[in-house]
Amino acid sequence: MSTIYILWLRQLKRYSRSKARMIGSLGQPLLFLVALGYGFGPIYEKAGQGNYIDFIAPGVIAMSILFTAVFSGIEIIWDRQFGFLKETLVAPVSRTTIMIGRTLGGATVAMIQGIIIFLITLLIGFRPESLALLPVAFVFMALIAIMFTALGTAIACVLEDMQAFPLIMNFLVMPLFFLSGAMFPLKDLPGPIAVLTRLDPMSYGVDGLRGALIGMMEFGYATDLAVLVIISAILLAIGSWLFSRIQV
Amino acid sequence: MTHIIEAHGVTKKFKDFTAVNNISFTVNKGEIFAFLGPNGAGKTTTIKMLTTLLRPTEGKIKLDGHDPVHEQSDARRSFGIVFQDPSLDDELTAQENMELHAALYSVPKDIRKTRLEELLHFVDLWDRKNSLVKEFSGGMKRRLEIARSLLHHPKILFLDEPTIGLDPQTRNHLWDYVGKLNKEEGITVFLTTHYMEEADKVAHRVAIIDHGNIVATGTPEELKKQTETKTLEEAFLKLTGNAIRDEGANAMEGMRQARKMWRR
Repeated sequence: MSTIYILWLRQLKRYSRSKARMIGSLGQPLLFLVALGYGFGPIYEKAGQGNYIDFIAPGVIAMSILFTAVFSGIEIIWDRQFGFLKETLVAPVSRTTIMIGRTLGGATVAMIQGIIIFLITLLIGFRPESLALLPVAFVFMALIAIMFTALGTAIACVLEDMQAFPLIMNFLVMPLFFLSGAMFPLKDLPGPIAVLTRLDPMSYGVDGLRGALIGMMEFGYATDLAVLVIISAILLAIGSWLFSRIQV
Repeated sequence: MTHIIEAHGVTKKFKDFTAVNNISFTVNKGEIFAFLGPNGAGKTTTIKMLTTLLRPTEGKIKLDGHDPVHEQSDARRSFGIVFQDPSLDDELTAQENMELHAALYSVPKDIRKTRLEELLHFVDLWDRKNSLVKEFSGGMKRRLEIARSLLHHPKILFLDEPTIGLDPQTRNHLWDYVGKLNKEEGITVFLTTHYMEEADKVAHRVAIIDHGNIVATGTPEELKKQTETKTLEEAFLKLTGNAIRDEGANAMEGMRQARKMWRR
């Protein structure tokens, strides 16, 4: 227990100390919110869909969690390179415990980032439909955070260095984001895209979050929850297994 | 005398490359034991096997009576290690690094505080306990790592080239600490170094490894006598030859460079 706590605390301390990282990672979501939100807003409204900012706010919150979570997971590569990983690997604690501590830490950081974005959306005029459903929104934010921290960790375990980083961004994180319905409604999509969006676990996170925040859903809470929990469990299991095989 | 480290017929193969070939040695309790060898001879591989980071392909190891493969946790509790490369968290303070270690090794809360203070005084870093490690010099980081490795009262201390890249003053200090620890706490020290005069000065016994085989063991005096040389360095060269070894640049090194570029 104390191992999990101390590793969790470590991630939070590192996060709170690197202001540049905190501010830097707000840039992209803000750009999406402002440029797309206001840019596509009029068209969206003309199409009779309502306020576009309201529509993408949950998507942008989910996106900032996705990005931060994957990054937090991938931090293991830095730890390996800076040697700190070895300190944890020779310690008399199980690798699973280390993995859990790290994942919870990374997920908490991603959650905080998501909440900051949420507060910013409030500033530019976004209003959640119901306050009573806010806890549900937080549950979905947490699930997205855990799922993608676990994914980042699993990836980091098989990578030796950061050379592959652009590859991960362009062929994994970006597709996860763009195919998730964070930016557009999943209704009435052409066949192949409809299939891809349904294969993307991020879609279910965005859907649940959007449901809780603006009452608009495609799959329903039960499906969203089931998919997120199952995929998270699988990713955690794979991540733990890969992490237990790391040699330095 | 009792053996605190025992290695019997230990072999490590990486695919078809044999890094360590059927080596056997023992280290006595309370001894300072130097494990010497040219680059790529198998020193670090041996340390990794002793410290549970690698599994031997063949052979048996005992650390304070525990098998590092099957009794991992007990074996891990018995030693502290200072790695060849730094293994501190730069973004944390000295004290936070120590506390993290204490939690990982479940050092009881009541002794944690006094032990931490005592050790930071011991390595002269108490005044800097609240500084971030990234502000430390190489020598300070090394000292902090030594302090950290002792936090859980290990019986064995592994030092893998601890003085590399340090100035002569810091090196001297460091060996003074190690000598003092050995005398006062009776801790067994297993070290590797490329500086033969250091090994000559501090080690009670020496083993020389080359191409994965142990080519000689004994006290520094015995090795000098055996090779009819005056210094340990000459004895070392006589035993291992003059040819220069090339160590394959590993992936870690490449990554370290890449990260440095990122950070600038």
